[in-house]
Amino acid sequence: MKLNGSQIVLECLKAEGVDVMFGLPGGAILPFYQTLPEYPEIRHILVRHEQGAAMAADGYARSTGRVGVCVATSGPGATNLVTGIMTAQMDSAPVVAITGQVPRAMIGKDAFQESDVTGITLPITKHNYLVMDTNDLPMVIKKAFHLARTGRPGPVLVDIPKDVQTEEIEFHGYPEVAEMPTYNPTPDVNAADVKRAAQMINAAKRPIIISGRGVNISGAHAQLLELAEKAQIPVITTLLGLGSIPGSHILNVGMPGMHGVAWASMAIDEADLLIGIGMRFDDRVTGNVNLFAPRAKKIHIDIDESEVAKNVIVDLALVSDVKNVLDELNPLVERKVHADWVGQIDEWRRTHPSLSIRETDQLLPQYILSQLNKESNGESIIVTGVGQHQMWAAQHFISDKPGRFITSGGAGTMGYEVPAAMGAQVGNPGKVVWSICGDGGFQMTMSEVLTMVQNNIPVKLAVMNNGFHGMVRQWQELFYNKSYVATEFHTPDFVKLADAFGCMGIRVTEKEQVVPAIHEANSHDGPVIVEFVVPVEENVYPFIPPGGSVGSMVEDPNFSTAMG
Amino acid sequence: MALPRHILVALVEDKPGVLNRVSGLFRRRGFNIASLAVGHSETPKLSRMTLVVEGGEGVRVQAARQLRKLVGVMEVKDITGSHTVARELALIKLRALAKDRNDIINVIGIFRADIIDVDVDTMIIQATGDAEKIEALHSMLLPFGVLEMMRTGEVAMVRGAAGRRGDGVVQPIVYEDIGGV
Repeated sequence: MKLNGSQIVLECLKAEGVDVMFGLPGGAILPFYQTLPEYPEIRHILVRHEQGAAMAADGYARSTGRVGVCVATSGPGATNLVTGIMTAQMDSAPVVAITGQVPRAMIGKDAFQESDVTGITLPITKHNYLVMDTNDLPMVIKKAFHLARTGRPGPVLVDIPKDVQTEEIEFHGYPEVAEMPTYNPTPDVNAADVKRAAQMINAAKRPIIISGRGVNISGAHAQLLELAEKAQIPVITTLLGLGSIPGSHILNVGMPGMHGVAWASMAIDEADLLIGIGMRFDDRVTGNVNLFAPRAKKIHIDIDESEVAKNVIVDLALVSDVKNVLDELNPLVERKVHADWVGQIDEWRRTHPSLSIRETDQLLPQYILSQLNKESNGESIIVTGVGQHQMWAAQHFISDKPGRFITSGGAGTMGYEVPAAMGAQVGNPGKVVWSICGDGGFQMTMSEVLTMVQNNIPVKLAVMNNGFHGMVRQWQELFYNKSYVATEFHTPDFVKLADAFGCMGIRVTEKEQVVPAIHEANSHDGPVIVEFVVPVEENVYPFIPPGGSVGSMVEDPNFSTAMG
Repeated sequence: MALPRHILVALVEDKPGVLNRVSGLFRRRGFNIASLAVGHSETPKLSRMTLVVEGGEGVRVQAARQLRKLVGVMEVKDITGSHTVARELALIKLRALAKDRNDIINVIGIFRADIIDVDVDTMIIQATGDAEKIEALHSMLLPFGVLEMMRTGEVAMVRGAAGRRGDGVVQPIVYEDIGGV
């Protein structure tokens, strides 16, 4: 069957089961776009800015576990994807980005809208391809999806020159297998190391698990729970590991690190065995690595060998898919009771105010997020931006189900919350999706609300309006003597903005308006912007300053530490 | 004090951009690369790279693992040690005045180097050896006046049967080897 390059790509996407793409056309990708009407089974959502396409594909991917697809033209179109691709890379989200490139004969001539996109995205993709031979297209698309979803997932970019999109060749169908002899995404579990790990776990008196996004990606929730319950090991979850153990479970400790709950940081400090599962000892988790878990032997379970001993030296590493490792490890682990240890963590939980919200008439973001948590009953998908609202959301949003909390962790990409929530909603049409927005981040990507309106994507956007880049302001307050340089900004009238965008807008200024506003937004069939006017000088606690340890933890000064 | 040197040998797919990926990785991760040499291997479509990396144990292990993670890198071995032969080629152009010529010839004789070009008052010397030998030769020639030097960077190979690909003898990325990672 003779097909042109564009048809071949779309045949491959169809065979791959892609049902939606996010993108924005332009000259170098136009042949591909003009072929789209031949493939009505693939929905295309026109974004307002290409970064929205990359982040929507990311949100779609994280919330569905499937590969998200975004499309852009050459040059500025492709470079606009960059922040979104980097965000996906940092948090191991499976995304395939397709970009147009100038015709092959024009490459290297500084042609109009030419840029070296594979060069630019080299350090922020799992891999990328520039397709110079149309005959390579089917296998490149096959490899791109294979790479994106297997092993440690990540973004893969495929750059396709315009004349490759139009060239007709014989199409022999979508390849069944990605021919990649040098790519071994899932190493075998080493049985001897599993045995050693079991011995270490069986000998531990104060064991702790830190579980991360790898557990969510691997779908190892049942295995993690089995290990935790069998050996009675409390489970700390990283920001991206939230939901890897049911939030209401007695062994769920909460989030560690810079803004983690005090009892998680204290448990890490006191533990005699730390098991990192599907996590990478990020500096926001460890603080000063030399003071991190100083009393603990350490076991690291991760699929990516290069994460072992990158940040923290460990005593034993098990490199494979987390689920495979736990399937072999759990039968070797003895049933244990660590009553004193679990009781100690509970005692810390009772005497530290990390999740306490002070009594006040003010409309505190913590209060809003805890109300939203109650109202969504662990069912809504929560997508956050980056900053104070993100940390409060991570602290107060508790779900018994995995995959309900989506946030830009490693990259810390502000503005992620709007397009990523859009992607999550497209991937989960039956679920309620709340985008928790900072007013700073919202202004970066709010144009995608128009995409939501155009396509009736009913995301509920909760904008925390404090007129500041709040987390930066908090650092300025605490480290720079309240010198608020370049953090205050003018915010629009969000209700009028919603009106102009063509969606519902609600303003909330009082505590008693919070729950009715949530109900009103939830019952509206369409996107809603809910503006919450919150105090400026509100800080996230606890706070371990960068490079610090549990010894330098600052707790909420509104509470005495010994709560009694 | 000079940082320890590690010789990593990588077998990579012979495709455009592979060198770029490797050099980009080393720059991005902040690994100090003393030399990098690349060329065809005994297998068609596969190239072999020799990278000399400077740094502590953490750098050695991380560099090897990050390298192995690149798509298109088939195998990475750390072959640092006495069981390895390492050679590089250097071309050195130096001032060779008539009065110095005999002395120069004596020096390069000791180092088993060759004169491959002679002009009225210059000479080009070709030398092969490990990096240490080339550095020693260079310092001996400095007093005469070195005008130009070009080095290929080391290529390295394990002696005997242990060096053959796929025999599983020299595997650097084994946890026991690294000891308390």
